[in-house]
Amino acid sequence: MKDKDTGKLNINSTQYTTRLSNKFINRKPWSPADPGRIISYIPGTILDILVSEGQVVEKGKDLIILEAMKMQNFMKSTLGGAIKSIRVKKGDKVGKGTVLLEIEPD
Amino acid sequence: MAVSKKIRELQEKRNQILLGGGQQAIEKQKAMGKRTARERILGLLDKDSFLEYDLFVEHDARDFDMDKKSLPSDGVIIGSGTIHGDPVAVYAQDFTVAGGSLGMMHSRKITKIMDYALKMRMPLIGINDSGGARIQEGVNSLAGYGEIFFRNTISSGVIPQISVILGPCAGGAVYSPALTDFVFVVENISKMFITGPEVIKTVLGEEISMEDLGGARVHSEVTGNAHFFAMSEEECFAQIKRLLTFIPWNNSTGAKIIESCEPDASYDPEKIVPDDPTLPYDVRDVIRSVVDKSDFFEVMEMYARNMVIGFARIGGVTAGFVANQPMEMAGVLDVDSSDKAARFIRFCDAFNIPIITFMDLPGYLPGVDQEHAGVIRHGAKILYSYCEATVPKITVILRKAYGGGYIAMGSRHLRADFVFAWPAAEIAVMGPEGAANIIFRKEIMSSDDPEEMRKQKVAEYKAKFANPYVAASRGYVDAVIEPAETRRFLLHAIKSTANKAVKMISKKHGNPPF
Repeated sequence: MKDKDTGKLNINSTQYTTRLSNKFINRKPWSPADPGRIISYIPGTILDILVSEGQVVEKGKDLIILEAMKMQNFMKSTLGGAIKSIRVKKGDKVGKGTVLLEIEPD
Repeated sequence: MAVSKKIRELQEKRNQILLGGGQQAIEKQKAMGKRTARERILGLLDKDSFLEYDLFVEHDARDFDMDKKSLPSDGVIIGSGTIHGDPVAVYAQDFTVAGGSLGMMHSRKITKIMDYALKMRMPLIGINDSGGARIQEGVNSLAGYGEIFFRNTISSGVIPQISVILGPCAGGAVYSPALTDFVFVVENISKMFITGPEVIKTVLGEEISMEDLGGARVHSEVTGNAHFFAMSEEECFAQIKRLLTFIPWNNSTGAKIIESCEPDASYDPEKIVPDDPTLPYDVRDVIRSVVDKSDFFEVMEMYARNMVIGFARIGGVTAGFVANQPMEMAGVLDVDSSDKAARFIRFCDAFNIPIITFMDLPGYLPGVDQEHAGVIRHGAKILYSYCEATVPKITVILRKAYGGGYIAMGSRHLRADFVFAWPAAEIAVMGPEGAANIIFRKEIMSSDDPEEMRKQKVAEYKAKFANPYVAASRGYVDAVIEPAETRRFLLHAIKSTANKAVKMISKKHGNPPF
């Protein structure tokens, strides 16, 4: 094995000398979900934005219509608060996991 | 004279159809580095053995002016011939005819040869090169795919099914190969995906080439959809023929038994594996050190490389090898490696191929991504496959055998017929460092010199438990053997399990954690 191929992997307090897979090296670190960030759960197109920045919304309020696979998905507020920022505009194509807007909780 | 005229007429008809989509389309095919469908079949089968059926089949579509179009053989060639002198059934989609698109008659030809292969209990080889469903034939195309998937499923475990991807294979079409036992792909030629780059661009605005989305390399390294990767069609055919030297023709026979051959003496098992359990080595060399001619045919070489699977002969008998690979990710079990090994074990079990397992693993890969990717249910697949398998199961513990990984890798408890361990084997609930930290936590914490105390306790644990003798004292290991004795013990095990008969509880089928 070439030096550049070798890495270290810790399993149960033991360091193993071994090659690391790309999948392992490129894995995404986990971070807890933030209910104030409304995230697209499916890729699609922003059909309409139903709120404006600064507006105070209640939990369950329709915020954005995300069209995906020919279906209109109503993205709802997961908490009550003021719309802090809207990160997308009408007609934008968004991938899965994109932050669409942020809410400042009450 | 009248007869000879009729014969001439047949010859002319044949020659016309054998041109497929015509000279221009053939040239286009060649320019892509691809052979024609018939050339592929002739290149794969034994010389002069191919007989084509349904040459004169024509499509039946009426809409969209299709009734004015002639599609020779409806874009697919079916027939049978031999490989290594034994009969195989084959179909090859002809991309020169309407892009190899699948219409009703096209699919009926494929299902006809599938039915034939199943009835005659011979391997089926499908060469895929198709633009997908023939849109003009509407739901009849979809019905055709469904009929193919049904036959793939009922044939599974009865005859070996081989899919060769030599062109595009997109949309629903990918599910036929996915249901078969082995998928062969070729660099720059194979393309497989459910939704293509066009759709992804429209929906997501992401631009990706067909190659990066679903090329041969992607399916060999990333998705695990492909089992064999080749640089050319020629190499691919050689791989198919080599695979067919190892596996039986159906589930009621075994693979051919040939004359036993000694391994290459340059592979010395004692020198391959370092004593220090944290140091890497190539487990394939250990396999080569014990098998006939040191000839090991690896399956899924590029995917989940921390697990090695493949075929080799021992004493002339084919065995399926499953081995942890310490030089890749320390040989851990994870989602992908469990998936890879589990399906291979089930293939071996379905086709009467004994399973030889080489164990050397530190346990499961820790991580949020692993847990959230479902390492519990994927890891369970490997347990299920070993437990369910009734073929001879022989396990050699080379070095580490810790915790749940020890149980999963073909242990006695999952009904291994033989378990051998090398003297350096450490069969324990976890590695000495981890175990000492837990068991002697109080002593270490309250010591004046915790680091020194820790070292002492690790050494204590190592001496007491990091060996094969505790497991051997319980009969979980049948014999502790010298590495150099491994081939002798494996030969013995293969011979003495040859007539193994196990009756499982009668049931419709189990419910493995797919």
